[in-house]
Amino acid sequence: MDHLKVLFVDDEEELVSAVVERLDLRGIDAVGVTSGDEALHRLRGGSFDVVVIDVKMPGIGGIEVLRTINRRHPEVKVILMTGHGSAEDSEIGRRLGAVAYLQKPVDLEDLLMTIKQASNRGEGDHADE
Amino acid sequence: MFSTRGLLTRTFKAEPGAADGRVSERAYRTLRRSVVVATATVALVPLIITTFMNYVQYRDALQAEAVRPMERLTLNTKRSLELFLSERRSALTFLVHDRPFADLCDERTLMRMISNLNRSLEVGAFVDLGLIDDHGYQLCYSGPYELSGRNYMDQDWFHEVARLGTYTSDVFLGFRNSPHFAIAIKHDRDDGAFYVLRATIDADMLSEQILTVGLDRSDDVFLINRDGVLQSPSRRYGEILQTFPIPVPNYSPSVEDVEVLDTRGEKVFMSSAYISSSPFILIHVKPAREAMGRWFKLRSELIGFLVISAALILGVVLWGSGLLIRKLRDADERRAALYHHMEYSNKLASIGRLAAGVAHEINNPLAIINEKAGLLQDLVTVGPDIENRERLIASVDSILRSVQRCKKVTHRLLGFARHMDVKTETIDLESLLKEVLGFLEKEAEYRNVTVRFRVDPNLQTIRSDRGQLQQVFLNILNNAFAAVSEGGEIGIEITGEGADRVAVTVGDNGTGIPKEHLERIFEPFFTTKEGIGTGLGLSITYGIVKKLGGEIRVDSTVGEGTRFTVVLPVSREG
Repeated sequence: MDHLKVLFVDDEEELVSAVVERLDLRGIDAVGVTSGDEALHRLRGGSFDVVVIDVKMPGIGGIEVLRTINRRHPEVKVILMTGHGSAEDSEIGRRLGAVAYLQKPVDLEDLLMTIKQASNRGEGDHADE
Repeated sequence: MFSTRGLLTRTFKAEPGAADGRVSERAYRTLRRSVVVATATVALVPLIITTFMNYVQYRDALQAEAVRPMERLTLNTKRSLELFLSERRSALTFLVHDRPFADLCDERTLMRMISNLNRSLEVGAFVDLGLIDDHGYQLCYSGPYELSGRNYMDQDWFHEVARLGTYTSDVFLGFRNSPHFAIAIKHDRDDGAFYVLRATIDADMLSEQILTVGLDRSDDVFLINRDGVLQSPSRRYGEILQTFPIPVPNYSPSVEDVEVLDTRGEKVFMSSAYISSSPFILIHVKPAREAMGRWFKLRSELIGFLVISAALILGVVLWGSGLLIRKLRDADERRAALYHHMEYSNKLASIGRLAAGVAHEINNPLAIINEKAGLLQDLVTVGPDIENRERLIASVDSILRSVQRCKKVTHRLLGFARHMDVKTETIDLESLLKEVLGFLEKEAEYRNVTVRFRVDPNLQTIRSDRGQLQQVFLNILNNAFAAVSEGGEIGIEITGEGADRVAVTVGDNGTGIPKEHLERIFEPFFTTKEGIGTGLGLSITYGIVKKLGGEIRVDSTVGEGTRFTVVLPVSREG
């Protein structure tokens, strides 16, 4: 847990900054970005254990990023997050190997637990909201 | 959920142009009437025309058949009577011209002549013979009456014979006061005077000449004279010398047939024939009902055939048109119901999309509030002690609780919207019902309605369509809430029904549904909430439950409440 590296991706900058700061406070090495492009760029630069990403974003969305991660960084665990939550998105996410699918607003403690489970076990077996 | 719940409730109750999709009762009645009239006309008119033509043809044929034997009998009798009279006239003519006056005018000679005549003619029938001079005096007479010396000068027959030379009288009583008729032959003497040989014959003899072969009891054959006085007894019109009540037929040399109404008001066929060289007219009368017995039977059969055929045709036309209109109405109603169902589903889908959009838009700022408040809490909790720290923590807690409440609302809306699409998934009925109840919890709170849950502990999850089930239970629960008064109670019970079915019962202690409505509540457009309801809610509910392979039951007692039971298969097939 000490050196758990998390990339938090959401187009809402305010949200990103708050979550990153809170995760930091809980000993997680969190980096926040506000777009899919940026996320992919960051992934190339450094190794992350877990990526938490919003499904719906301007430009490259969460599902697209998930596909790229699967191809380029299969070791990285992905947690999807959405404010909309359609059944198809959830299903696609699962099929593409997302470890969890969380609905906004996400409780930080839940997020933390999901991140830990994802990184420790290497598989996301708990249900989404 | 405040405004959205109102929107949903209204959608269930709104009337999306209920009337425009349907055809009015009156239009169906008019259509049915037109179909019945047109079909019945096409079928009945030819039948009536054919039957009428048959009627006329049969009647004429049978009438001719009935009259023919009468005509034949009349003609034969006429010939026989004419022969009878002519034989007697010939015999008398021979005698009067053959014997000299002196021979004739002898009582014994006359007696012998009567005897000889009666012997030579098969039916002699002569009663007496008399010789009358040109002054009308009966000079000689032989017969059973005392008629010698009588003067016939005043009698019409005497003048007739004087004028015509031969004369056959009609039947009269005369001096002897017994019905008879006379045949008189004039003989002119060389000196210019004349005498007359006159024979009388009993009127009974005439009757005996009337042929009775082939007659039945209803036939009446008799003679009248030209004044319409009976010359022989008639079964229907009385004794000899009485007046025949029907006008005397006009002269014709042949047999004439007419159909007349007699004095009894009865229709009769009458054949008549003038007997030549006599005042007699032969009349043969037969009541039409007797003569036309076969016709009357056939007529009854024809009328019966017409009535039965018409009734059958009408029956089939009525049944067929009823069936047609019923099918048409069913099809119309199904189409209208489908149309409304689609409209309703579209509306629901739009609301779902709207709800999802709103929820999404709210969720993002809500997430920021949540995280910012969380961060605030983190900072205050882990950072250095600050003034009003406790109050700050309490305020942040309050913000986070509010965020949680908002989250519940938006998640519920999303849950509703997410299940618009048809999809089979594993469903925990208890949580689904609680989710649906979420939409109604404020109403329950305001109206102080208690909702009780009783769930079978061994209940298993089912495989079905979440969105459709949400609609079903939202509708049933809406109805339950509408039925209960303030402080009412709604009980929800989920139990297993056999191994492969689950029953959800929603009971209320509301007003109840009258028996006559109970049979119709699942019919499309049946509503007791005129102007508010479309009458589609329960019919759609019924349709959905059927589609999901389940069934829906209702039992209700007025004043006690209503129980709707939805039975669903554990695993949805198809």
